[in-house]
Amino acid sequence: MNLRVIWALVLRYIFLYTRNPIRLVEMVFWPLVDLLVWGNLTLFLQRNTSQEFGGFILFLLGAMILWDILFRAQQGVAISFLEDVWTRNLLNVFVAPVRTTEYLAATFMVGVLRICVTGVVLGLVSWLAYQFNLFTLEWWLVPFFLNLMLFGWSLGMISTALILRWGQAAESLAWAVPFFIQPVVAVFYPVADMPAWSQPLAWSFPATYVFEGMRDVMQTGTMATGLLVKAVLLNLVYLVAAGALFFQILRLTRKRGLLTKFATQ
Amino acid sequence: MSDPDPREVILEARDLTREFDGVKALDRLSLRLHRGEILGLLGANGAGKTTAMNCMLGLTLPTSGQLSAFGKPLHKHRIEILQRANFSSAYVSLPGNLKVWQNLVVFAKIYGVRDAKRKIAGLLDLLEIAHLADRVTGQLSAGESTRVNLCKAFLNDPELLMLDEPTASLDPDIADKVRKVVRRVQAERGIGILYTSHNMRDIEEVCDRVIFLHKGRIVAEGTPDQIVQKFAENSLEDVFIKIARSGDIEE
Repeated sequence: MNLRVIWALVLRYIFLYTRNPIRLVEMVFWPLVDLLVWGNLTLFLQRNTSQEFGGFILFLLGAMILWDILFRAQQGVAISFLEDVWTRNLLNVFVAPVRTTEYLAATFMVGVLRICVTGVVLGLVSWLAYQFNLFTLEWWLVPFFLNLMLFGWSLGMISTALILRWGQAAESLAWAVPFFIQPVVAVFYPVADMPAWSQPLAWSFPATYVFEGMRDVMQTGTMATGLLVKAVLLNLVYLVAAGALFFQILRLTRKRGLLTKFATQ
Repeated sequence: MSDPDPREVILEARDLTREFDGVKALDRLSLRLHRGEILGLLGANGAGKTTAMNCMLGLTLPTSGQLSAFGKPLHKHRIEILQRANFSSAYVSLPGNLKVWQNLVVFAKIYGVRDAKRKIAGLLDLLEIAHLADRVTGQLSAGESTRVNLCKAFLNDPELLMLDEPTASLDPDIADKVRKVVRRVQAERGIGILYTSHNMRDIEEVCDRVIFLHKGRIVAEGTPDQIVQKFAENSLEDVFIKIARSGDIEE
């Protein structure tokens, strides 16, 4: 992999986002709206429920912020790809000396940048407005962050592969794919309280371990490291599978001659 | 295949076939492009020009046949070959939401251009669009946009350049300027250029040699003058119409 090429592709998005502040709206505005809704709900529940439960429900804010890390990582891959489609630039990239791995790596980096921007804003606002300090998760925050980011990348590659397969008509998948799994990865509620039939499904996603772990850490100050190991292993499986799917569909798109039609339609 | 042209072959297709749902868009196409040569690909819509170029760029995989550039097979050395090549098309844009200089800086970095700032300034001057550097690419006219695309295409001093209808939708004045720049850069740097166009004036003015495609097959090959003589017509345009309306012509 050529770091210069990856940097060039990332630079394109930096130019894009710094040139047009409206672009920051999607990275800041919507997460802030979510934060305010969940933050106010948390305040309401804290004031109107038992003290024990009131303290516990702070996890709603933590869950919301961690979910956004996953979502921004996924968006980094899928929206970066769509930007190339929307601007009819995809062919310029594919006829340049850019390896597919470099292209993907650049979209991963864009995801990291998006996470940084959103994470800093949400972290600050949740602390100032709701006295919720994300750093109460201490060092657990690092593996949580990394696992969600990895899973976000996998979902990003899956979304992009599906869009390549079905064309621009399927571009809403770039936003929809993470929400397909949101109900079953125990973002806002424990796996134990989910219907029995959905629990094995929940444990098949690495994000579930992170959200369960977050609640454990907020309640007890620690979590079973075995759960994190499982999350990492599952993430590796998802990354390999999602990468294989992406490469396979890209190859099929080239084989069928659809790449040029897709990129110029 | 004996080659009377002593110059180095920088792009070669052998028996290139590409089928779409059983229909042959390219049918055993064989061609060679030499260093310092401008080879025109001509043909009516659907003749196979764009499919041929897409295969040569690795965007579309051929059903059968071999493609090589600089003596190396494309499927194995794609990145290495693309580093020495470039492409511009009337139908492909640079991101319209970035400024012209931003787009060019990004591609200069992708190609690893040294002293990119000076290189970009030189190319903008050459194409007479230095005043557009700070403009948003999406707000340019077709003629300006074409010249910015050409800037991108010349950024890495390509040895092999593929131009897909570079003068499409340009007014005669700008089209003339584009042709002259292409000719000038080609002469100065000895680039091999594969050039597709529907504009016969483009082909006559720019191309050293022409290949006429019809239904994915080569039906005529030679200099523009040779082809006009061979078909006993008055102009390349008449030849074009004759070939486009006849399904049975084969050289």
